[in-house]
Amino acid sequence: MTDVRDTDMMGAEVLDESLWKIRMRLLWRSFKRNWALFSQSKMGVVGVVIVGFFGFLAILHPILMATAWKGQEAIYDPVIGADSVIVEKTVVTEVTDPSTEMSFTEAMITGEFFPEEGMIIEVPIAPAPPNAKHLLGTDPFGRDIFSQLMFGARAAFILGVIAATSAVVLATVVGSVAAYYGGWMDTWLMRQADLILLLPLLPLLIVIGSFWEIGLWQLGILIGILSGLGATAIILKSQALSVKVKPFNDAARVAGGGNRHIIVRHIIPNVLPLSFLFMMFEVTGAIFLEATLSFFGLLSIPMSWGIMINTSHTQGYTLFGLRAWWLLFPAGLAVTLFAAGFFLIGRAMDVVVNPRLRTR
Amino acid sequence: MTQDMPTPNGEAAVKVENLRKLFPVSKGMFRKATDFIHAIDDVSFEIKPGESLGLVGESGCGKTTTGRILVKLDEASEGSVGVRDQASGDLVDVTHIKSKSQRKEFRRNVQMIFQDPYESMNPRRTIFDTVAEPLMVQKIGSIPERERRVVELLNLVGLTPAESFLFRYPHELSGGQRQRVAIARALVMNPSFVVADEPTSMLDVSIRISIMRLMLELADDLGVTYLYITHDLAVARYMCNRIAVMYLGKIVEMAPTEELLQRPMHPYTRALLSAVPVPDPSYRRPEVQIKGGVTKAVNPPSECRFIERCPFVQDVCSSTDHPPLDDRGNDHQVACHLVADSGEWLGAPRAELDLRS
Ligand SMILES: Nc1ncnc2c1ncn2[C@@H]1O[C@H](COP(=O)(O)OP(=O)(O)OP(=O)(O)O)[C@@H](O)[C@H]1O
Ligand SMILES: [Mg+2]
Repeated sequence: MTDVRDTDMMGAEVLDESLWKIRMRLLWRSFKRNWALFSQSKMGVVGVVIVGFFGFLAILHPILMATAWKGQEAIYDPVIGADSVIVEKTVVTEVTDPSTEMSFTEAMITGEFFPEEGMIIEVPIAPAPPNAKHLLGTDPFGRDIFSQLMFGARAAFILGVIAATSAVVLATVVGSVAAYYGGWMDTWLMRQADLILLLPLLPLLIVIGSFWEIGLWQLGILIGILSGLGATAIILKSQALSVKVKPFNDAARVAGGGNRHIIVRHIIPNVLPLSFLFMMFEVTGAIFLEATLSFFGLLSIPMSWGIMINTSHTQGYTLFGLRAWWLLFPAGLAVTLFAAGFFLIGRAMDVVVNPRLRTR
Repeated sequence: MTQDMPTPNGEAAVKVENLRKLFPVSKGMFRKATDFIHAIDDVSFEIKPGESLGLVGESGCGKTTTGRILVKLDEASEGSVGVRDQASGDLVDVTHIKSKSQRKEFRRNVQMIFQDPYESMNPRRTIFDTVAEPLMVQKIGSIPERERRVVELLNLVGLTPAESFLFRYPHELSGGQRQRVAIARALVMNPSFVVADEPTSMLDVSIRISIMRLMLELADDLGVTYLYITHDLAVARYMCNRIAVMYLGKIVEMAPTEELLQRPMHPYTRALLSAVPVPDPSYRRPEVQIKGGVTKAVNPPSECRFIERCPFVQDVCSSTDHPPLDDRGNDHQVACHLVADSGEWLGAPRAELDLRS
């Protein structure tokens, strides 16, 4: 293997180099090797492309606000912006196409008190279908959907990262400690996990949401705690158990290492690959949960994909299906794709983490 | 072989007295265990400084458990385990180590080499991390000093050029190379006593002998005392000055290596010897054969442990307790009712064996 030759070459100068530099290089080497394994999986590459695309959208938003949309915040801001698109409509007695024609009654409501057949009236419409000014149209309040979509991507990343990181950090520590010490510590932590598993997550969050304001950060940490002390902890504990019985822990003890040394240096590093894997699945779960909670209007978040769907629903557009498709489709698709992207990455990482799944 | 080894003298480096280890069977959450595996049952032995004692026996007879208690990986149920401290020269009772400084001193002094070179190293740590681990956890030396010490040891165990091994991972090494790393790790602190638990049994036959030779050389150069655990009498013969034969948690025979091999007294030892392939055609093989495997010692009755499989059983064996391990002259200790104080065999003549399983 080329790896071995690499180290041989490195060996010649090892003692002249500081330890951390060597470690960085080892880290880089193992990253390259893992990437080579990862990129063999088409799923994984698709996942990375999807997540990369949303990352691009998330970064694009502040850039657009600072450049192309500068000074036009009143129009393009995802939350407080509003723009009325003007459309010309013909007054007719029998309306066949509501997007270009209007009835006498409608004309009177717009302020034209004496409408006549064939009269052309300019009316502002919202939601407006996609047009040059608003690539994905506007929502019922005249806000730009594309801007909301990009802003929502940022919210999704923030939520995903907080939820996944806090869940997995907690679960790794809890799982490793429970597995290592066993006894009453294990019993305590696992019964706690069972208890959390028994709690129905959605109703619980609905109750919490009706008492406190839940923003992105709060939601992320809440998901992190519930999952990190619950299901994920149980899974990572079983991994830690299989690491705990390895003789290298005994070897470390004979070397003079205490409990903390063994947990931190031997157990956790061997649980960590699986932890990373679960981070990916954690993001998927968090995004779906956010969409659901936002749909019920239980979160105090300025804008997110879930809120976009909620807006479409509360303003009465969901039932009309495809007529105002730009209200529902972009947000729904974004939620699905984003979650799928992380899920695919997770599945592909499985191959890197579990050597047994490798095909060669 | 034994003759040209220096005769160990002076006081014991390791002194085990009446050691006992019970493992509870089926420990329910709320029930107190009533059944116990007697993994080690009243075992006593001594190892002189620089000497290497071989612990031989079938699988499950309690060899590993004994070794683990000696390095304080397991706690003894009863008895005392004294290991002489290098610095002070005192015999420290392992079972009564309480203070942190005592523990630290003990960890410096006593090391272990494990059976499985594939599992006894953390796959995510480099060879340097593995070998330097004792130095790291005991905060000895600066990083460059540790590097120098590790390089020195890798050279010592024959991993050259040492620098090229420092930052490899265990999976990039062969089994024999890994076991050399394990030896380097065990010796990095300059211990006076090392427990080696079948260090060559997982290795290819072709590299076994080189690892054994290395361990012998290092023992000579560094004055290390070994407890060498093996199930293979031939290996024990090569490695050890003295051999203790274990059966179901009891030492049944203990003697200097050649004495034991030339004049085996216990039926079990004779059976073991008849299973060893001997290259010398003029060598007369002891003819005892026993069948069956070691049964687990769950709440064993008080009579001789070997009674179920012994071809020579007499009334005395079942009517009295397990025989004590007594000296029969020439430093040859045997625990058998059928061996006279002089070492003479009192049982049925070997030719008229009734082979029982
Ligand atoms: N942690 C434990 N819990 C319960 N029983 C144990 C434990 N460790 C060992 N035993 C039992 O103690 C007895 C002795 O085991 P030990 O591992 O010392 O045997 P051994 O002589 O080293 O065998 P081998 O040659 O297979 O390594 C066995 O019956 C084993 O089942
Ligand atoms: Mg063993």
